[in-house]
Amino acid sequence: MNTTTVNDATGHHDHDHDHAPEGFMRWLTSTNHKDIGSLYLWFSLFMFFFAGALAMLIRAELFQPGLQYFQPGVFNQLTTMHGLIMIFGAIMPALVGFANWQVPLMIGAPDMAFPRLNNWSFWLLPAAGTLLIATFFVPGGAISGGWTMYPPLYMQGGIAYDISILSVHILGISSIMGAINIIVTILNMRAPGMTLMKMPLFVWTWLITAFLLVAVMPVLACAITMLLTDRNFGTHFFDAAGGGDPIMFQHVFWFFGHPEVYIMILPSFGIVSTILPTFARKPLFGYVSMVYAVASIAILSFIVWAHHMFTTGMPLGGQLFFMYATMLISIPTGIKVFNWVATLWRGSITLETPMLFSLAFVILFTLGGFSGLVLALVPVDIQLQDTYYVVAHFHYVLFSGSAMAIMAGVYYWLPKWTGHMYDEKLGKVHFWVTAIAFNITFFPMHFLGLAGMPRRIPDYALQFADFNAIASVGGFLLGASQLLFLYIVIKCARGGAPAGNRPWDGADTLEWTLSSPPPYHSFVTPPLVK
Amino acid sequence: MSVSVNSPMPLRSHRQLLIKLLVVIALAFAFGFAMVPLYDVFCQVTGLNGKTGAKPGSLGIAGISNPLTSSPSSIDSSRTVTVEFIGTVMPGLPWEMTALTSSLDLHPGELHQAKFRVHNLSDKTIVGQAIPSVSPGLAAQHFEKLDCFCFAQQTLAPGETKEMPLTFIVKPELDKDIRTITLAYAFFIVADTKSAAKNLALR
Repeated sequence: MNTTTVNDATGHHDHDHDHAPEGFMRWLTSTNHKDIGSLYLWFSLFMFFFAGALAMLIRAELFQPGLQYFQPGVFNQLTTMHGLIMIFGAIMPALVGFANWQVPLMIGAPDMAFPRLNNWSFWLLPAAGTLLIATFFVPGGAISGGWTMYPPLYMQGGIAYDISILSVHILGISSIMGAINIIVTILNMRAPGMTLMKMPLFVWTWLITAFLLVAVMPVLACAITMLLTDRNFGTHFFDAAGGGDPIMFQHVFWFFGHPEVYIMILPSFGIVSTILPTFARKPLFGYVSMVYAVASIAILSFIVWAHHMFTTGMPLGGQLFFMYATMLISIPTGIKVFNWVATLWRGSITLETPMLFSLAFVILFTLGGFSGLVLALVPVDIQLQDTYYVVAHFHYVLFSGSAMAIMAGVYYWLPKWTGHMYDEKLGKVHFWVTAIAFNITFFPMHFLGLAGMPRRIPDYALQFADFNAIASVGGFLLGASQLLFLYIVIKCARGGAPAGNRPWDGADTLEWTLSSPPPYHSFVTPPLVK
Repeated sequence: MSVSVNSPMPLRSHRQLLIKLLVVIALAFAFGFAMVPLYDVFCQVTGLNGKTGAKPGSLGIAGISNPLTSSPSSIDSSRTVTVEFIGTVMPGLPWEMTALTSSLDLHPGELHQAKFRVHNLSDKTIVGQAIPSVSPGLAAQHFEKLDCFCFAQQTLAPGETKEMPLTFIVKPELDKDIRTITLAYAFFIVADTKSAAKNLALR
């Protein structure tokens, strides 16, 4: 229901086409990649604010020691749902939204390969999201065992746990269908002359991400199916009393879970690799090595999963293997960072909002990568497992990584999507407040973690009070500054200075050859790529 | 216009690619479930998950006959290993469990006995089953139980207290790096006799 109100806001301003149904039915029945891309992006924006509101409640509780607003059980529901919704409801749909809008435009295809499948894979999301949010109102409250859904805790909850399993199943099916669509579109529908190695890097990253999705989302489906049958049908996959093993869940889950974190970051790499050359006015440095680096990251992601489980009792050989394999990932990632910096080198750089977000991405994501390397060290990880250091690490790669790359991409392509320029001054304010507030929120968490503060707790020892107060203040500022983002996006959708076909003089991908906004049916005649 | 010219070709290859991708998805789904037996085999070989005797089916005859067939190992008196005992009761079972022997210092190869006291707090007769776990997991292969209350279900009358013994050998093949072994028991309630039989059959 929430998405429909959001849709109405855009419905007025999109160009009407005589043959398309009007109003809500237009969006419900649309098979147009641009419509569906917009739906994905609005949906993820709504979920971003919902899960962000949960984060505000978490920071309010943690502002000072002691129990202020929530009982521990409710607090655990907040952290669990914040994580689950941000990952499956905000970041992943946002990136799929980008793929829907941009992949056909960037490869010169008229639409996605399976337009009806595309419609279906979007409209599963509101159903799954509603189910997930509704669990707050069922007896026993929402799930509270952490977004990783570990048994045996996950076996013991109420009806919300079964509803969440159903919801994650639906989200998984949606992701798989989206991935199929993207792979077939990219492999079969490129404009004549666009060979694989001429594709924009954003398209490459999504192609590889889609293969990751196809390979690991079914494994997640397995893991939660086993949870479901353990809970309801008397199987004993994870039940020690029946001969099962709860640790096995962690293996199956993280076999999905580690590629999943790359699913969330690789398209972000693609967005940043598109924006940096535009505003440095130089071609991307080391295009071929970028493609191979993304592919190696994707392949390595399958053999590092147990670094999430160093404290579960693993033989030394296993610990060493997963430690070295994990550290190996820093090589292709390092290549990417090097290439980004080399792209900037001696470029004619201008600092428009998308560029600011992309530069912050390079710096802050690299910081998150460094703390990841620290956590890859077995002896250090055993100390830091489940502390705020881990929380700091994954917010650096997921917020200042994925989320800020998504914001960069939104600013970069908003002129193309809407036909209007966004408010550059407000965009810069949004960037600076976001970047500063983000660091105020999450940088102190490194210190908290090193000092031993465990994650997922509503109360803490007195010595952690100061840093938590700082993090909470930063958190509120970060939350509030995103309202500015919403305002800028809506303002830009409603009107503004006309963008022209190519508002960024350094942009050279195919979408900039079209009008802004692009015609409802674009590239009906495929462009010729030299 | 050119779309209509191009569309028959891509459509056919769309279908081929779609079928290939669906096969990959089906294989990935099957792989997820295949991880269950693979994991069990892997753990039996390595003893990774701390299940003693390498065979989860060490209940009853198999567990008892094992030491008779295997020749008594020699005692390795050159080193001492500490074995710690922990007893817990899982939620839903109104029992109390204490390790009477909290820890033992022993030479690998020696035969020892440890005792637990289990007390039924309720006014009902209840059947329970103890599930052992050894850490570090790698020690589990070399922790051999000759007799154990965990080989069978235990029945406690209302308010009854029982002493439950465990006879075991830590085999001399135990890795030299391991100096402390912790054996933890968790008592689970056996809901009814039918499901208990099913549980045992599953092992």
